[in-house]
Amino acid sequence: MSEPVLEIRNLNVGYGLGDQAVRAVRDVNLTLHRGEVLGLAGESGSGKSTLAYGVTRLLPPPGVITGGQVIYHPGNAEPYDVLALSDLQLRRFRWNETAIVFQGAMNSLNPVHKISTQLTDVLKAHDPKMSEHSRNVRAREMLKLVGIAADRMDAYPHQLSGGMRQRVMIGMALILQPQVVIMDEPTTALDVVMQRQILGQLIELRERLGFSVIFITHDLSLLVEFSNRIAIMYGGRIVEEAPAASIYRDALHPYSAGLLGSFPALRGPRRELTGIPGSPPDLKGMPSGCSFHPRCPKAFDPCAGNIPVLGRPGTPDGSSRSVACWLHPTEQPVGL
Amino acid sequence: MTSIPDAKAPADEVVLEAIGLTKHFPVRRRLRDLFSKRHDAVHAVDDVNLTLRRGQVVALVGESGSGKSTVARLLAQLYPRTSGDIRLHGESTKVKAGTAFRRYCARVQMIFQDPFASLNPVHTIRYHLTRALKIHGNAGKTEDDLEQALHGLLERVSLTPPERYLDKFPHELSGGQRQRVAIARALGAEPEALLADEPVSMLDVSIRLGVLNLLRDLKERLNLAILYITHDIASARYFADETMVMYAGRMVEGGDSETVTQSPAHPYTRLLIDSAPDPDRLTGVSEAEGEDRGNGEPPSLIHPPSGCRFHPRCPVAMPRCSVELPVRLEIGDKPGHWAACWLYDKTEAVSR
Repeated sequence: MSEPVLEIRNLNVGYGLGDQAVRAVRDVNLTLHRGEVLGLAGESGSGKSTLAYGVTRLLPPPGVITGGQVIYHPGNAEPYDVLALSDLQLRRFRWNETAIVFQGAMNSLNPVHKISTQLTDVLKAHDPKMSEHSRNVRAREMLKLVGIAADRMDAYPHQLSGGMRQRVMIGMALILQPQVVIMDEPTTALDVVMQRQILGQLIELRERLGFSVIFITHDLSLLVEFSNRIAIMYGGRIVEEAPAASIYRDALHPYSAGLLGSFPALRGPRRELTGIPGSPPDLKGMPSGCSFHPRCPKAFDPCAGNIPVLGRPGTPDGSSRSVACWLHPTEQPVGL
Repeated sequence: MTSIPDAKAPADEVVLEAIGLTKHFPVRRRLRDLFSKRHDAVHAVDDVNLTLRRGQVVALVGESGSGKSTVARLLAQLYPRTSGDIRLHGESTKVKAGTAFRRYCARVQMIFQDPFASLNPVHTIRYHLTRALKIHGNAGKTEDDLEQALHGLLERVSLTPPERYLDKFPHELSGGQRQRVAIARALGAEPEALLADEPVSMLDVSIRLGVLNLLRDLKERLNLAILYITHDIASARYFADETMVMYAGRMVEGGDSETVTQSPAHPYTRLLIDSAPDPDRLTGVSEAEGEDRGNGEPPSLIHPPSGCRFHPRCPVAMPRCSVELPVRLEIGDKPGHWAACWLYDKTEAVSR
């Protein structure tokens, strides 16, 4: 495996303080390697977006990071902890090193400014010495890269279709050539045809430019196809993390298996599917032990009492994956 | 509380039918248009034919903007139609408001996409369901009848025990439970047809199937005719007996779900199926964006393309496609499988 570019260590993120506090992300350990696409899947409320915002320190109050480290490896310099950066350092870190594409690109562009202005603004803010001409050239280049004709530079967001707006957002994220791009449900609002075009383009760009992607979505079948590794979150914790193919062929955690069994297949025999019974847990009253146990078809004695630790399972391909489930007790916990 | 006429209704009796259904939304005229004779309109739905039968699910699949929700709203008579006909049990119906509309509603109910918006946040579940029962005269005579009817409704949608849910407010329920309440409310009218406009797309993936399975169960138990609108063609295969594909306001293909998804005939349906996420295509990333794939975007519906509306994106378009509007043509592999595409015009093939 290639070297890591972003390491999340024991990250805890909560909302609110005191008695009202809700722990949305609990003890998450995750490593993003250079040039890979890491998929992050889970239901709404599982903490996947909170994790992304926590890592980039974009979390608005009352969100607070209550502990942990996020180590960034710049490649040519010493690694540093993103959570310890000062405001000025953070300003330099953002967009230059990590960029984020938000959920609902439709609303992320400013409707009263031309897209050319919005693209060059980024350059102006991060590289004040750049001339106006070269800014324009760069913006044009970027649009071409994401497949939009350069004559749409002077269009307003409402003049573009949803797919084009999403491409502009991706172009904006890549304009400073960051090492890490975080995409928070980038294609949920789009049609399947457009979704495939944009993801295909993204993968192509990644091969050309060599950045790493954290891809957040609830659509597991999409992740299996497009990402290298998948981490599955439930109730604020990572319950399983493995190469995409291993998850698909042989999911160890009952929740991952349940998620995979929730998608009707387009090909192959028609089978009766059940989904997962029950409803997602309330973050305020999290069940004891494994937070999935009230919905788990395979729950047994230890599940209700003890929280399973994320670690390497004893299966043959155990060295490349980790799981937090009492069905697969571990001797090598991750990140402790 | 049930008086569903199952004895006199054969299983595949036609409940609701749309014939040549068309809806154009007028576009606001600008100053310069006042001097011209131009009257622009968005051609949201053009010439749609659709039949809902008892105990069957028909899926309507298409991208957003293809007009599939407009079809549902036309069938629910929430929009007046521009032309065409809607027939309830063979009888042409056009209702605007008042008692006629209520009577129609009692037989054709709609379920909306967003259960977070379709329930009033300041009222309890009891209020929502009681209203539906009372308006459609299914509340019975006494308090006890009503209470029993309420329990019956919640039990039907598997919200048990009912007492636990009746006096809750919508915000106290999860998305799946809310959608179940919305379904219960629709059932309160004891309808014959349900129009479900993307009933699961706002729900979490893990509970979508629960709701779909519930709808299927209700279909079988209550002998309902269901129109299932979705953009997810895989779920149409899973849930629907018959699937119709819509593109830019027109039906392009129809047939039983298995045939349409396994051997799609229209180039647009093929594009749709190729684009759907497929975990089995693990190497899909490296696959080139081939030239034989349709690209581009759905057309403007104000000035839709002449001829076949898909021809500007179609990888196999012929000169004829941009001129002549394709008619429904039988594919011939399975009975009832048709596509509106000139590729399947046998007479043309013979004369060539």
